[in-house]
Amino acid sequence: MKEVRLHGRGGQGAVTSAELVATAGIDEGKYAQAFPSFGPERRGAPVTAFVRMSDTPIRTREKVYRPDIVVVLDSALPSLVKVSEGLHEDGIVILNTSMKESEVREKFGLDSKLAMVDANTIAREVLGLPITNTTMLGALLKATGIVGTEAMEDALDRRFGRLSEKNKAAMRRAFEETTVTG
Amino acid sequence: MAKRVGIEVSIALAEAVKLANVDVIPAYPITPQTHIVEHLSEVVANGELDAEFVLVESEHGAMSCCCGSSAAGARTFTSSSAQGLLLMSEILFIPGPMRFPIVMAVVNRALSAPISIWNDHQDIMSQRDIGWIQTFADTGQEAFDLMLHAFRVAEDRRVSLPMIVNIDGFTLSHVVEAVELLSQEEVDQYLPPFKPRYRLDPRKPITMGPVGIPEIYSEAKVAHNEALKASKKVILQGWKEFADLFGRQYNPIETYRSEDAEVLLVTMGSISETAMTAIDTMRDKGQKAGLVKIRLWRPFPGPEFRKAAGKAKILAVVDRCLAPGAICGPVGAELRSLFYKVPGAPKIFNFIAGLGGRDVTVGRFEEMVDKALVFAKKRPKELYEVIGVREK
Repeated sequence: MKEVRLHGRGGQGAVTSAELVATAGIDEGKYAQAFPSFGPERRGAPVTAFVRMSDTPIRTREKVYRPDIVVVLDSALPSLVKVSEGLHEDGIVILNTSMKESEVREKFGLDSKLAMVDANTIAREVLGLPITNTTMLGALLKATGIVGTEAMEDALDRRFGRLSEKNKAAMRRAFEETTVTG
Repeated sequence: MAKRVGIEVSIALAEAVKLANVDVIPAYPITPQTHIVEHLSEVVANGELDAEFVLVESEHGAMSCCCGSSAAGARTFTSSSAQGLLLMSEILFIPGPMRFPIVMAVVNRALSAPISIWNDHQDIMSQRDIGWIQTFADTGQEAFDLMLHAFRVAEDRRVSLPMIVNIDGFTLSHVVEAVELLSQEEVDQYLPPFKPRYRLDPRKPITMGPVGIPEIYSEAKVAHNEALKASKKVILQGWKEFADLFGRQYNPIETYRSEDAEVLLVTMGSISETAMTAIDTMRDKGQKAGLVKIRLWRPFPGPEFRKAAGKAKILAVVDRCLAPGAICGPVGAELRSLFYKVPGAPKIFNFIAGLGGRDVTVGRFEEMVDKALVFAKKRPKELYEVIGVREK
């Protein structure tokens, strides 16, 4: 079983991303859960959402304490929140950043495996909005293969209807541009 | 054909209500609410479900409207939670003796004060004696299936009683997971149209709900209680036919690795899933622990519980409700009564866990089993312990 924690800010779509990953996995025949960090949510405040993905039925409703994968939608969040909290030894942090790896490691104190993509630029150029949740799905897929691109695109189609083309394009471009290191 | 989808549990439950083709949905959920009636209001507005969505002024009004609608012979559904359920309370005692087969989803949450929107069972336990049939779902699939079962059982003329399906707030209601949604044809095979024996009809006037003078009140209350107890037969039949059609068998009491267990955890609701993982962990360490899950809470399936748990030495009973000033929690008290003076009965210890959204982890279940083993050797002063409370 893989456990994923997504960090975002209220309104950035972290919960939507978690739901999209889970439904894509379920469409592939896997078992999955997606859930928000339950509580009063406020636009702009740091929020988390979670995904569990497994080939066998998932028999737990605990919170996620030891994620295998951490996805950070907002480039400024790692300065405010310890995004690697509880991360598994061989876990990966997937960041939206325009910085170099060495800068990221030094500034945020990250020593795990990293995947990085400049999702702000991609989202602005492709979607015309700095909303990075669907863009960062491309980085997640590239870095972990947690679900296939086809299932993910189907999930985007269902969720966004006529807006899905742009979101799929942003996701594909992030998939191409994501670098995985260490 | 049934279709397996990733769906939020609240929405899956609402889809079951839609497939049940309800006639009337009175609702005005106060905070905290869920997506259940929100989704139903959408499907009614979109014309996907031909029903009256009655936007009432409060939950008290919602349940009052449910009574009127059910009395008129309409298939009636509503949903509530926490403070909203309490706002209904005055009316909740009415449909039982009136034999109105209203079906309600209760999304279980804590009660204020302090203000909380998170999950536990204090709301439903405060309404324990309203005289409705009550089941608990552990998963999204169960929430969907039990909803259809509820309409089928409640409206059966041998039963004709209101029924609640309980699902845990947030930890179940807000989770997206895999649920196999049955098709309309499949649901129609299982759930016949509602044909009440009596209904309010100006062309054929009858009286419903006159005053119960002392000469008749006891008889009316006993008649309701007898009907509730007798409903078990139909509840079981409803589950058997569900299994025959769709392959998923439900039982009033479910067990997991319980056969040779020395200690049995007893749970109700979605923490049962985590408890199963805890049992696997403990079994791997050589500890003889097992699990008994209560699915049917009212009428309480005493004989089934005794059969499932009677051979164990120790029961670690988990309550999600603190009953202030009581001897122990409501589930703990029920089981103590059940086994009182039964020769060779298990020792019963009661743990209150997961109040107001506190996470009940695998580690917490292991802690309860370990404590129950210690208590079996040295009887504790109190009959219950609230798990994981910080004292500083």
